Amino acid sequence: MDSLQLHLDLNNDMCLSLPAKVIEINGDMASVSVGGAMFNAGLQLLDDVKPGDYVLLHAGFAIQKINKDEAEEILRLLEEMQDESD
Amino acid sequence: MHSINTEEMAEYITLNHGSGGRLTGELVREIFASRFGMNEPFTDSAIFNVAGGDIAFTTDSYVIDPIFFPGGDIGKLAVCGTVNDLAVAGAVPLYLSSSFIIEEGFPVEDLIKISESMAKEAEKAGVRIIAGDTKVVEKGKCDRIFITTTGAGIIREGCSHIGSAAGVKPGDRLIINGPVGNHSIAIMGARKQLSFTTQVLSDCASLVQLISKVLVSGVEVHFMRDLTRGGLATVLNELSEMTGMGIEVDENKIPVDEPVRGLCEMMGFDPLYLANEGKVLIVVPENGCSKIMAALRSDPLGEKAEIIGEITGKKNKMVVAKTVTGGTRVLDMHSGTQLPRIC
Amino acid sequence: MKYIDEYRDGKLIRTLVKKIRKEATGSYTFMEVCGGHTAAIHRFGIPSLLPPGITLLSGPGCPVCVTPVIVIDRAIGIASRKDVIITSFGDLIRVPGSVSSLEKEKTHGADVRIVFSALEALKIAKDNPGKKVVFMGIGFETTAPGTAAAVMKAKELAVKNFFVLSAHKIMPPAMEAIICDGTEINGFICPGHVSTITGAEAFRFISDKYNLGCVISGFEPVDILMTVLMLVRQVNSRKFNTEIQYSRAVSMEGNTKAREIMKEVFTLSDNEWRGLGVIKLSGLELNERYSDFDAAEVFKMNGLREIPKENALCLCGEILRGRKRPTDCRLFARACTPENPVGACMVSSEGACNAFYKYRRNG
Repeated sequence: MDSLQLHLDLNNDMCLSLPAKVIEINGDMASVSVGGAMFNAGLQLLDDVKPGDYVLLHAGFAIQKINKDEAEEILRLLEEMQDESD
Repeated sequence: MHSINTEEMAEYITLNHGSGGRLTGELVREIFASRFGMNEPFTDSAIFNVAGGDIAFTTDSYVIDPIFFPGGDIGKLAVCGTVNDLAVAGAVPLYLSSSFIIEEGFPVEDLIKISESMAKEAEKAGVRIIAGDTKVVEKGKCDRIFITTTGAGIIREGCSHIGSAAGVKPGDRLIINGPVGNHSIAIMGARKQLSFTTQVLSDCASLVQLISKVLVSGVEVHFMRDLTRGGLATVLNELSEMTGMGIEVDENKIPVDEPVRGLCEMMGFDPLYLANEGKVLIVVPENGCSKIMAALRSDPLGEKAEIIGEITGKKNKMVVAKTVTGGTRVLDMHSGTQLPRIC
Repeated sequence: MKYIDEYRDGKLIRTLVKKIRKEATGSYTFMEVCGGHTAAIHRFGIPSLLPPGITLLSGPGCPVCVTPVIVIDRAIGIASRKDVIITSFGDLIRVPGSVSSLEKEKTHGADVRIVFSALEALKIAKDNPGKKVVFMGIGFETTAPGTAAAVMKAKELAVKNFFVLSAHKIMPPAMEAIICDGTEINGFICPGHVSTITGAEAFRFISDKYNLGCVISGFEPVDILMTVLMLVRQVNSRKFNTEIQYSRAVSMEGNTKAREIMKEVFTLSDNEWRGLGVIKLSGLELNERYSDFDAAEVFKMNGLREIPKENALCLCGEILRGRKRPTDCRLFARACTPENPVGACMVSSEGACNAFYKYRRNG
């Protein structure tokens, strides 16, 4: 049973990047979790990553950290927009 | 229970075990018959009595890879898959036959585990395995073990229309007994060829008890089908095709476990097209929903049951899903092709 | 799931849709140039939520779709060698070249393996010292740094049998080419993940030089709708600026470390984009310092037919430039389906034709 067939059948999206939580770090690799599924992520493109951080996982690398404050700020703005229009 | 003389029984299956001679007899007696409750003499056909009625009859082959997976094994699957096919037809499953094609060199210890699995599931489902066959092929001519099970059961009173969807009407509601996609994800994780690890277990289970509760609830069930390869979306399309009616479902109502969702997001899979081995779609009139939901939720295999959609009045043979945004998308028959050797 | 579900909230979506419908009083055409956006827009049914005055176009944002046929042919040439293992992301395997595809070659005995990461390819090289392992480097600025990091690691570990066939491209020159091509566009939904690397500044030319709407967008329905609203407002007010909607991941400066790594390994070159032709300084090839890892150097492809055939009826080129829609193509959903693709736009789930087929046909 080869991996080629497996992937052909599953329309793999190459460009997908998802926020993943850093669980454990081993040298320049991290174990990250997306909803409980564990992936390996290379940390070569970032500095200062700590367990508990959220990173964008793309093609096996952590490419950027999620900025918690900005995430909250956008949601706050949107809720304000909602209150305006109610 | 039964005793196996492990010193006499070999460690690995050889071609001689498939020759039909003494070794075959030993294998059948020591490993299968003792566990399946089969009594000698072993004849060519098993005979059983039926009172007047319709017999449901089905067969399936199981070639799943890997043969031991999180949540079960090929033996459990071979029994559950076939009894579920009988149960969703509105039948009481009664008897199974089981044929094995085994690769030379297959460990007997694994064969014992698989047979014990089968015996356990058969007992749970209330069926007896009364006939079988065993063949052994040279190394490399089959991948470890393939199992074919054939099952027979008696259709319950008033249930003969269920499989054909003849009674389905616009306004009927669609109900599913729990979250979808677990089996595919468990198998993919177990194959260790993708870059993730997961704790998700296959949902492989016998639905006989659950369906029994549904059928004695007093509600007229218009259709049932178990979701296997191709997933929920495929069954919905089959139903739409059979009835000529449109179907609308609400994606927000379709249960998907969080880790399955996370993996699907990351890998680009659509959980509505992933395989299941313990899920059934039930179609009932709207006024029967609360009774059916109560019956399902009273069973561990129906705790997370949900009403997911309805049969529309549109004569357009289309399955449309309301998405998380409130927009709609068409659930076509294909989304890529199936994952091979998923069951 | 955190940082995903909050941006799929039904109430927020309805609020944004209401605001868009109220404020989008004219006619607007916005183009996205990211395969992830193509897929998300169709998957979440965004076009069905927008008022009829707003048209969303799909540009050349699918890396697999813009990979020229000759790259596939070269990869097949390399893969046919007995001592080679070709590694690639999934979708590229199915793209038809002139005569064959990597998928077909696999059935004829070529060692073709799907990987999720350049680091996986490097591991295969380490595990198979007797073979030459070639990694197909496709993707834009989101993916190129990872390839570069893998090459640097190969050098650090003195791995001698790891090579990269680079087909990496960068986005801004292609966007500029589309603008200059004359397609009627009022603004761009800018690529969110490319921007995490490049920074929003890389797209400033869109607003400042060309006076078009420019908003860097996330990928969830709330993100995309918010972006559309921001673009509508820019067009209505005629005040064009480079704005970041995807602020939780994108900054003006981007990821400087990732860009340094790219610079260390790659150099910019003129590059062919399927459907767009050659665009100046839009491609990344391995520079001299890393020529030992460059598959194009190591595996000289002589005598390769330079003018590969494309199916005359295939409209991928026009579709990638936003000039035609999938439904304009005579092959769409007939001879060309996801199971049997003719053109690249149907192969990848980020291709406009594939996304349209999956989510909107008959819908």
